[in-house]
Amino acid sequence: MAGSKIELVANGIAASPGIAMGPAAVLARTDIVVPKRRLAGKEVEAEVERLGRAIDATKAQLAEIRNKVAKEMGGSYARIFDAHIMLVEDKASMDEVYSSVRAGNNAEFALNSVFLKHERLLWEKGDVYIKDRAADIRDVRIRVLSNLSGTSKVPSDLSKIAAGVVVIAHDLSPADTARMRKGNVMAFATDVGGRTSHTAIMARSLEIPAVVGLTNITARVQDDDFVIVDGNRGKVIVNPSRATEERYSREIQRYASFTKGLQQFKDLPAVTVDGHSVMLSANIESHEEVDSVLEHGAQGIGLYRTEFIYIGREGLPSEDEQFQLYDSVASRVSPHPVIIRTMDLGGDKFLSDVESPKEMNPYLGWRGIRFSLTRKDIFKTQLRAILRASARGNIKIMYPMISNTDELVQAIGVLEDAKKELGAEGRTFDRDCEVGIMVETPAAVMIAKELAEHADFFSIGSNDLIQYALAADRGNEKVAYLYEPLHLAVLRFINQAVRAGSEAGIWVGLCGEMSSDPVCALVLLGMGIDELSTSPYVVPEIKEMVRSISYSDAKKVAEEALLTSDPAKIRRRAMEVIGGGHAESLL
Amino acid sequence: MVERSVKITNKLGLHLRAAYLLVKTASAFRSDIYLLKDSIEVDAKSIMGLLGLEAAAGTELRVRVKGPDEQDALAIVAGLIEAKFNEED
Repeated sequence: MAGSKIELVANGIAASPGIAMGPAAVLARTDIVVPKRRLAGKEVEAEVERLGRAIDATKAQLAEIRNKVAKEMGGSYARIFDAHIMLVEDKASMDEVYSSVRAGNNAEFALNSVFLKHERLLWEKGDVYIKDRAADIRDVRIRVLSNLSGTSKVPSDLSKIAAGVVVIAHDLSPADTARMRKGNVMAFATDVGGRTSHTAIMARSLEIPAVVGLTNITARVQDDDFVIVDGNRGKVIVNPSRATEERYSREIQRYASFTKGLQQFKDLPAVTVDGHSVMLSANIESHEEVDSVLEHGAQGIGLYRTEFIYIGREGLPSEDEQFQLYDSVASRVSPHPVIIRTMDLGGDKFLSDVESPKEMNPYLGWRGIRFSLTRKDIFKTQLRAILRASARGNIKIMYPMISNTDELVQAIGVLEDAKKELGAEGRTFDRDCEVGIMVETPAAVMIAKELAEHADFFSIGSNDLIQYALAADRGNEKVAYLYEPLHLAVLRFINQAVRAGSEAGIWVGLCGEMSSDPVCALVLLGMGIDELSTSPYVVPEIKEMVRSISYSDAKKVAEEALLTSDPAKIRRRAMEVIGGGHAESLL
Repeated sequence: MVERSVKITNKLGLHLRAAYLLVKTASAFRSDIYLLKDSIEVDAKSIMGLLGLEAAAGTELRVRVKGPDEQDALAIVAGLIEAKFNEED
């Protein structure tokens, strides 16, 4: 297990809660080598028959899988395989394949060309949902090719996966997932996907941990590497050191006993033993996550990422469509607040309708508020929808990527226009709806005092702030080691933002991953942070930590942390306060 | 020939299972049935064709039917799309 190999930590998106460890089973994106051959005239009939036999074999295999899946997982998953059978029976495509064979092409080449043509068209369209369809066509193509070549090995045949493994894949189609034997797979980790992708939804329904959006995890893990998947924090640890493995073993036990007691715990307040309270809220990216927020006892939503409403679709979402989403989220969470962050498009997320330039430095580019202020039409529609939803729910508005006061003043101007319009139309909305900003650029920290004159709150976006402050892209494995939340520079930035907020009389929260780590959360608490927003699954753990410590101890740790450039020392010091039985630093 | 506009309203659009249901439904009729989006026309009885149609949520399509049972076919096929393929999402 923890032999000579080097421990590697990959960060992705926490898609399904829980922690699991085991040997990796890496699903290769195998593409079969397709032979190309010209047939002699007299060979053609035999080739047509060979193709027919491969198609029949494919249909028989798919029917068998279909029946197994229907029994184990139900009719709606079984239908995936009905559709796969339909694909090999598709008259137009198969006619094309057969006429290519009759024209003298071998069966493999003929079938591959026709199917691949359809897949390529879908791949080029870029939309995640559409790419899923290409994956299905590909599944069928590979299966027929395997049958033609006579190899029994069908790639990604997940029904044959051994018990107790962690599945590592580029992506998992519903077809892939449906084929896995229930109980054999401990966890998933994938290169692509978001919290509402197929993989995430399937993992949650199977109740196994999953981390998605890891970019290149398939390239960094080999079969049988020992892997830990932390679905609470969105981390995958490959070949952990003995110490890490032991820490996680304890964490798994603790988490298991912890989830049992979750129910009685969820209604208790987040108050330290000496009576200092902090607000614990949750980050979401889809209205579908509201149940999870409520189940885990969060006091509202500290970050509702709205960019996912815009991507993966045709055209822009209308005001009414957005209003319905915001209204349903806010009314279900009410009386707790929902902080809606206006679209943070750009970086790696772009609208299909807007021309998106290739940028050298997308994270320093046209994103967040910069995008919104150049597309005020799109921006105002969103603000109108948010305002309308504020009539019923407790909504606050937050702008991303602010780096100067003018941007904030301009954004408020657009909001005021939207209010005037709605007023003239006789619509109701909350006229005093709070307006805040993400503090995620070093510039925003340095001018926090000036920004606070225009803002009702700050929410520190630590993921980006750390990257910008330390000039280190954590997605780049050569420099990822530099990404250190407890770096003195990062802590001083955060402290300065908290101070500026409290001096101006506005509240300050933090909605990055730092708030999910008990050690960092303790330091933040000691600095006087008012709110911590985490993935819904982590809320109970942080609450447990808050309830077990005293604010005076947290303040002492924070004071020391602001004077030391040794993150390991801060961790040890924080662990003394948190206590061995409680959460350990998993960052 | 009869035709009618419909809007795709289910979240995943014309995804695999939806396309399967549509082909199953369309194949029960003798008429020729096509879906049109902008200048693209696909055979509603071909799953490969349907999957290739870029029909995400919010897309307007036209259903065009020609044949002996065209009225019924149009009502049933357009109805299936409008009923979000009878799925919950």
